[in-house]
Amino acid sequence: MPQPILDLVCGDLQRLIAHVPHARLLQMTVVDVGPGECRIRLPYSDRLVGNPETGVVHGGVITTLLDQCGGSSVLAALEELTSIATLDLRIDYMKPATPGRDIVGYSHCYKLTRNVAFTRAVAYHESVDDPIATAVGTFMLGANRAQPAILGAS
Amino acid sequence: MGLVGFLTELRHRGTAADYNELVQRTPYARFLGLSIDSVDAHGRLLTRLRFDQAIVGNPNLPAIHGGVIGAFLEMAAIFQLVREGEGDRLPKPINFTVEYLRSAGPRDAFARATITKHGRRVANVRVHAWQDDPDRLVAAAHGHFLMPQGS
Repeated sequence: MPQPILDLVCGDLQRLIAHVPHARLLQMTVVDVGPGECRIRLPYSDRLVGNPETGVVHGGVITTLLDQCGGSSVLAALEELTSIATLDLRIDYMKPATPGRDIVGYSHCYKLTRNVAFTRAVAYHESVDDPIATAVGTFMLGANRAQPAILGAS
Repeated sequence: MGLVGFLTELRHRGTAADYNELVQRTPYARFLGLSIDSVDAHGRLLTRLRFDQAIVGNPNLPAIHGGVIGAFLEMAAIFQLVREGEGDRLPKPINFTVEYLRSAGPRDAFARATITKHGRRVANVRVHAWQDDPDRLVAAAHGHFLMPQGS
């Protein structure tokens, strides 16, 4: 199965998210990419704390990580690049993230239809079997007339 | 700048300025550029997300990052729950679903949360977000939160 996205990033996986200002701000790094799969690391930062009493990262940060992972896993599943947009995203929070530790997000795009992509994702520290949060998302394909953002300004 | 004693006091007074103090004490809310514009006669908060290039997800449109929109709505839900809850701790999200209805353009966004059910341990919340026109939503969300028990 052709994966145009891998040709496009040609070995520099970071290019998958380098065009996304907010991903840069959070200093996300792409760990690995495979067919319909993407893993992204989010470094801990004091700025991301949602509860000053505990130092635990805000749930919304996990949402951002899993949205970014979900979209990237869809790009990694496409046989022809197109613009995508999140249609919906549901996050289940299993346990608080441990203060001071990086969070890894992994998403799998397990089904593509003509218009819609379906994803499952998990956020964790060490192992996907010990999740901080899990998510399911759907993404619209050919979401807008602008060319895919990864290709730069249209 | 902890929360002990503060949330009870906040609930007691509950002006927009008090909620902005909660924003200032919450690093991630400050980081995202949130503020509380007003608290209406029914105690409903109007939360604002200030636009900044740093919250963009798609620079071609441009559009605010979907994750930031989700985080904004979750934060708006938490602020509303603080007002209607008890105790001195923040509610914890159990799950949260965000529906993206339009791309959010390069300008401020607003959100209002409604508590659909306030149970003894769990609250159900719905949140709507818009930019120019409250009738043209950019996103809607719903979720469950574990409520702190009063002490």
